[in-house]
Amino acid sequence: MPSPSDWSAIWLTLKLASVTTAILLLIGTPIAWWLARTRSWWKGPVGAVVALPIVLPPTVLGFYLLVAMGPNGPVGQFTQWAGIGLLPFTFTGLVIASVFYSMPFVVQPIQNAFEAIGERPLEVAATLRATPLDAFFSVAVPLAKPGFLTASILGFAHTVGEFGVVLMIGGNIPDKTRVVSVQIYDHVEALEYTQAHWLSAGMVVFSFVVLLALYTLNPTGRKK
Amino acid sequence: MNLLRACTFLLLFLAAPAWAGDRITIAAAADLKFALEEIVFAFRQAHPADQVETIYGSSGKFHTQIQQGAPFDLYFSADIAYPRLLEKEGLAASPVRPYAFGRIVLWSASRDARKLTLADLADPSIRKIAIANPRHAPYGKRAEEALRSVGLWEKVKDRLVMGENIAQTAQYVQSGNADVGIIALSLALNKELAAKGGYALIDDKLHAPLEQGFIVTRRAAGNTLAKQFADYMGSPEARRIMVRYGFVLPGEAAGK
Repeated sequence: MPSPSDWSAIWLTLKLASVTTAILLLIGTPIAWWLARTRSWWKGPVGAVVALPIVLPPTVLGFYLLVAMGPNGPVGQFTQWAGIGLLPFTFTGLVIASVFYSMPFVVQPIQNAFEAIGERPLEVAATLRATPLDAFFSVAVPLAKPGFLTASILGFAHTVGEFGVVLMIGGNIPDKTRVVSVQIYDHVEALEYTQAHWLSAGMVVFSFVVLLALYTLNPTGRKK
Repeated sequence: MNLLRACTFLLLFLAAPAWAGDRITIAAAADLKFALEEIVFAFRQAHPADQVETIYGSSGKFHTQIQQGAPFDLYFSADIAYPRLLEKEGLAASPVRPYAFGRIVLWSASRDARKLTLADLADPSIRKIAIANPRHAPYGKRAEEALRSVGLWEKVKDRLVMGENIAQTAQYVQSGNADVGIIALSLALNKELAAKGGYALIDDKLHAPLEQGFIVTRRAAGNTLAKQFADYMGSPEARRIMVRYGFVLPGEAAGK
């Protein structure tokens, strides 16, 4: 059976994934909107930066975050000056890392959905005297709903599956940074295979259910 | 067709062994990183044609990997219990040989650690203390025992950060993210780390001995080079290097 420390790791993982997904929907939506509609020269570079975590090994992200958020790094200097202290080994630090790490999995589905809407519905909204903000919330967002659904599920699931970055900047602290993937790794290293099996099998079931939900709730997602 | 020829050439090139002699792969506990590097260098003076590859990580992980058939010919563990387990399971081709006792030290990159004692860790201005994970890292277990012996474990527990192995623990301190760490003396004596902050030895009466052992694995049973390297560990040259990195050798009471 899962031990109390397993349950706390599960709870922490769900909390991390929820907070990360919420933040990503908030900051990812404007980025996706801009990427979908801009004709600026910057579209290419910005899109590439957003997609970087798909290509980069988690160790690159982990290493740079550790150095940047450390006492001598720019982020670390700022957080110390602001009285927040240092971010590595904290839940906040993990959230920031996860936001970078899962960004493309939230931005890209929303961007695709916005692009699929095209100009026409928004032009119609404009002729009906909708302000751009009004048109965004009452036309674009409802039409892009499948994209938002895909983005939320992928962002959440990808954060749950995070390991390398957490191992590098987490410091394995119960209830703060010891997520399920790290807990499984510790069980295996401590030769506690039964415990590792419980959590690993749980992860397999969870991941399957998430993907099943993605494909059944959102069948249009496959046609892209 | 040119492309095909180029691909064939590339495949042949990649598949061809780039060495003529024998080859061994050593899986070693992270605390050996610097000492073993020097020993391998010295060993290769006498075996210029042979390849010796070393991989460093946590002892527990290597134990599991060897159980599952990992291609390691020698296994140096920071805790002699792991190779003994492998021996029991018939995965060793040599008896378990004790090669050293490890020591733990207090080390810091941001403050002078030379006069630091375990009692100083109660000071709340030390916000983060790095140790290796006591659940599976030998050095972490001993760090926990030492902290418990002086009655500090409960006091510092909330300020602990745990490295996956002792090298990552040192790296947490080196990058300044942890103020103080309890790390292996063998790492603190490395030039790069020794240049910062200094270290303070922790009394080895406060914890169980860090007895370390190695084996030749079953897959290397017929590998002469593996046997030669195992024997080389007992040579005066290898022993001198081990002592220089702060290891106490079996049968010697030095360093107490």
